[in-house]
Amino acid sequence: MRLTEEQIYRYSRHILLPEVGGVGQEKLLRAKVFCVGVGGLGSPVALYLAAAGLGTLGIADSDQVDISNLQRQVLHYTDDIGKPKTHSAREKLQKLNPDVNVIVYKDLITMDNIRELVKEYDIVIDGSDNFPTRYLLNDACYFEKKTLISGALFQFEGQLSVFKTHKGGACYRCLYPEIPPKGMVPTCEEAGILGAVAGTIGTMQAVETLKEVLDIGEPLVDKLLTMNALSMSFNTVKITKDPECHLCGENPTILSIEEYKEHSCDIED
Amino acid sequence: MPSVRIPTPLRKLTADQDEVNISASNVSDLIETMESQYPGIKDRLCDESGNVRRFINLYVNNEDIRFLDGKETQLNEGDVVSIIPAIAGGL
Repeated sequence: MRLTEEQIYRYSRHILLPEVGGVGQEKLLRAKVFCVGVGGLGSPVALYLAAAGLGTLGIADSDQVDISNLQRQVLHYTDDIGKPKTHSAREKLQKLNPDVNVIVYKDLITMDNIRELVKEYDIVIDGSDNFPTRYLLNDACYFEKKTLISGALFQFEGQLSVFKTHKGGACYRCLYPEIPPKGMVPTCEEAGILGAVAGTIGTMQAVETLKEVLDIGEPLVDKLLTMNALSMSFNTVKITKDPECHLCGENPTILSIEEYKEHSCDIED
Repeated sequence: MPSVRIPTPLRKLTADQDEVNISASNVSDLIETMESQYPGIKDRLCDESGNVRRFINLYVNNEDIRFLDGKETQLNEGDVVSIIPAIAGGL
């Protein structure tokens, strides 16, 4: 692949960086990234990756745009209410950068299709809003040997981590061995979220993705970054690979993709 | 004494404080002392058998206590304990 004159100009601010250069930009144009969810996290991720000239961007989301999404999901506009989020997203991303091939999946992600989807890509980005999908993506990335870039939100807080289990790193289950019972951890829908916090964590997921494709710097592997917007404090804790992990440990009990359902539970809030 | 960073979902129990100082010699002791000062917090952190729930992690100076000495992990003056629950929001 040779960059055209127009591409050299479009990506000139990347190409000027010694860590990127023309070679790095060509890597970006050849890369394939799968973004699960084009909501609060997925919107900034997909926007920055498309702007960066990330060649193939798969986006999965089974929801339609709702007016209550627009406070934070910056890929979708008021005119898009009622449209599938994948279509609304593709429209914007292609207008932003025609170099990017946007592939949309508007069906639900399930245990039956997840491995086939993940297989097509180099990197998977978790911008989902529920635990079953998070465990499903973790397990699929483990079996398909893909890097997983995980972001999560709660009110004014965010979490970010990169899992490279195929390179000997920990997985999401090493960090959180069990899926919380439903009701134990409120969702954004129930608890609220400051829109720009989603933008902060999503943008950092995009940064980690670009670093990964370019193979520069130190990825946030085996580390969990937590952010609190109210105190604007960032902290990083260590994630240890768990030898007893049911998925990636020494004696695994999860040998294929399973279905994960949250157990229901009522707790006082 | 060690300081404890409280995550948002538990702040209702700590009168909205995001950091509290607790005098304790190990993590087990810390949880009991917190429970006496902020009733209800132990139930959020631990299951019926008293084990730390598997979707909440406790870190002492950024190391997960599961890979230190668990609830027996010693605490010293100036240690920072972080409570970090799994969160799932993204959309």
